[in-house]
Amino acid sequence: MSKQFVSINGLCARIDDGEAHKEILRGVDLEIPAGEVHAIMGPNGSGKSTLSYVLAGREDYEVTGGTATFKGQDLLALEPEERAALGLFLAFQTPVELPGVNNANFLRTAVNAVRRARGMDELDAVAFLKAVRKETKHLSMSDEMLKRNVNVGFSGGEKKRNEVLQMRMLQPSFAILDETDSGLDIDALRIVAEGVNSLRSPDFSALVITHHQRLLDYIVPDRIHVMAKGRIIHSGGPELARQLEAQGYAQFLSEAA
Amino acid sequence: MPAVAETRKTVETLGQNTYKWGFETDIEMDIAPKGLNEDTIRLISSRKNEPQWLLEWRLKAYRSWLEMREPTWAKVHYPPIDYQDVHYYAAPRKKPGPKSLEEVDPELLRTYEKLGIPLHEQAMLAGVELPEGEEARPPVAVDAVFDSVSVATTFRKTLQEAGVIFCPISEAVQEHPELVRKYLGSVVPVTDNFYAALNAAVFTDGSFVFVPKGVRCPMELSTYFRINARNTGQFERTLIIVEDGASVSYLEGCTAPMRDENQLHAAVVELVAMEDASIKYSTVQNWYPGDENGKGGIYNFVTKRGACRGARSKISWTQVETGSAITWKYPSCILQGEGSVGEFYSVAVTNNHQQADTGTKMIHIGRNTRSTIIAKTISAGQSDSTYRGLVRMMPKAAGSRNFTQCDSLLIGDRCGAHTVPYIENRNMSARVEHEATTSKISEDQLFYCRQRGLSEEDAVGLIVNGFCKDVLKELPMEFAVEAQKLLQISLEGSVG
Repeated sequence: MSKQFVSINGLCARIDDGEAHKEILRGVDLEIPAGEVHAIMGPNGSGKSTLSYVLAGREDYEVTGGTATFKGQDLLALEPEERAALGLFLAFQTPVELPGVNNANFLRTAVNAVRRARGMDELDAVAFLKAVRKETKHLSMSDEMLKRNVNVGFSGGEKKRNEVLQMRMLQPSFAILDETDSGLDIDALRIVAEGVNSLRSPDFSALVITHHQRLLDYIVPDRIHVMAKGRIIHSGGPELARQLEAQGYAQFLSEAA
Repeated sequence: MPAVAETRKTVETLGQNTYKWGFETDIEMDIAPKGLNEDTIRLISSRKNEPQWLLEWRLKAYRSWLEMREPTWAKVHYPPIDYQDVHYYAAPRKKPGPKSLEEVDPELLRTYEKLGIPLHEQAMLAGVELPEGEEARPPVAVDAVFDSVSVATTFRKTLQEAGVIFCPISEAVQEHPELVRKYLGSVVPVTDNFYAALNAAVFTDGSFVFVPKGVRCPMELSTYFRINARNTGQFERTLIIVEDGASVSYLEGCTAPMRDENQLHAAVVELVAMEDASIKYSTVQNWYPGDENGKGGIYNFVTKRGACRGARSKISWTQVETGSAITWKYPSCILQGEGSVGEFYSVAVTNNHQQADTGTKMIHIGRNTRSTIIAKTISAGQSDSTYRGLVRMMPKAAGSRNFTQCDSLLIGDRCGAHTVPYIENRNMSARVEHEATTSKISEDQLFYCRQRGLSEEDAVGLIVNGFCKDVLKELPMEFAVEAQKLLQISLEGSVG
């Protein structure tokens, strides 16, 4: 496996904002080696969520320059579901509600779709239920959540746990967590962090997007990047989180300017 | 916006699927010449060996039809229909009943095969006698309507033992004339509306069900309607009578072969529920909807009505409508008996150039009557779909309640969905509730599903089935599975 597991070079993207194009990513460079967890921090509107959407293949954004590869493949040429099959997972900042769609049924459909695409046998109902029960127990989720409709009527914390449940069931090799810590109390945060940490292995990388140093106490990253105005403006080790918490982004922003 | 463009692209590919049930059976037919006059009606009546009263009844309907005008209030558009350019009678040529499958017209068997009817049922449908015991195995009794004539009826014996009569209505006219004469036209009078009058004049066959006092029908009853002969109008007449404390669940499934000309279909269904009786009537309709340019397809002008005559009786309509070029259909309940219950659960899917104007009428006459209406409308392509429903509380309907929920889901930006509720309340203590929503499948939902590995098509299927869940769960199990498949097939390619 190549050392540069996820490789992003000069990535530029914009969104159609009515008549005008709005540039959001202005040349993002980021390398995440296999087995590493990186974090991105930065002020609101710096392009953190956009980066996660562009990597996952959301069609509202137009990529205007640069490259992004994952496991040596041109990520930008793939459909969203092909990226998922390749092992990319995005934990949404705002998980989407699917009225009338049973949570367990959705999860099983998704799991079997990626298993098919990865050349694995589909899970039958019994095997699936066994696997999912194991995970819900880890995440302290009740079975009742599997019977409800996807994210409908879930509390903020339940939605985030549900994202982590999906992530664990889909067994990604590269997970992007977009502010998964927002709206979580300290116990839920610990459970979610544990759900991510136990996936850590030489074949699993993650990109954690967060506003708060708190999450990084539980998911300790190998590298931290500061993003502002559509670019990575500073990178450092895990100690950077505390520095940012204490001093804010101001010094990096003025340096970048 | 690229996302919308994507959806539009997928909607455009929608119509290019070949109609899965597009086939035609070539067997010897006995066809009346085109056109409608008293002689046509006399011919139909004499071919069916009918008693004089029924001929008079037909003629009365015909004479009132001549005075009536085709309704124009529905939100559907189609070229004028030439009622003189239609065959009003077509029957497979009758031979004496076959003794084995080898004697059955192989074309007919092939048709059953394409419809997915299991072999042992095929034999029974074709009227072949099987050894004892075999007929009890399948839980569904099928009365197949092949064009206008019921070719055969199955499970007659099991039903007979329970006292249930389930047979072609033409046979009921011969065997149980007193029942037919008493109830035929008692719910939908011959003068009710243009299409119902036409049906009364020229109906050729259909199903008849009678469940006597206190009997729970031991199996689900099912009819497969097929429209087959070219240019043949299909005029089915169904009559279901359920006596005090009895109950029945009736399934109606429809498929039709592909063809170019528009085909006229004007069925009438009458249900009668006496005291504490219950009738569940489920329909899955996937007649040929026309091609992606709106060419061809069935014109479906149907009158379905149930009368809750007895106290605490219940009539429940469930329909999944995915086919036909034009649907004009309002399965209704007349809630006469005190505390009687009417239900209407509907999913209507239109695509390409399909037009549907469908809904229900709940007429509350008795005290403490209740009705529930759940209507789900899905529009894609350039189709247009209207929910039209009437809730009427009569002066004596004290303490009666209605709840109506109409939800529309739009796929793409060239289709239409409309909700037209009529509410008339003449009793101060009656309560009527109406809720309506319109939504589109959001790009957020599609992206979320695709990020989890689902193809766009599977994502749409999942979301649409979720949207319809409240209705689909009302269908009997074997129909629910078919209906889910049908929804997916109907919207295939609507994205991706």
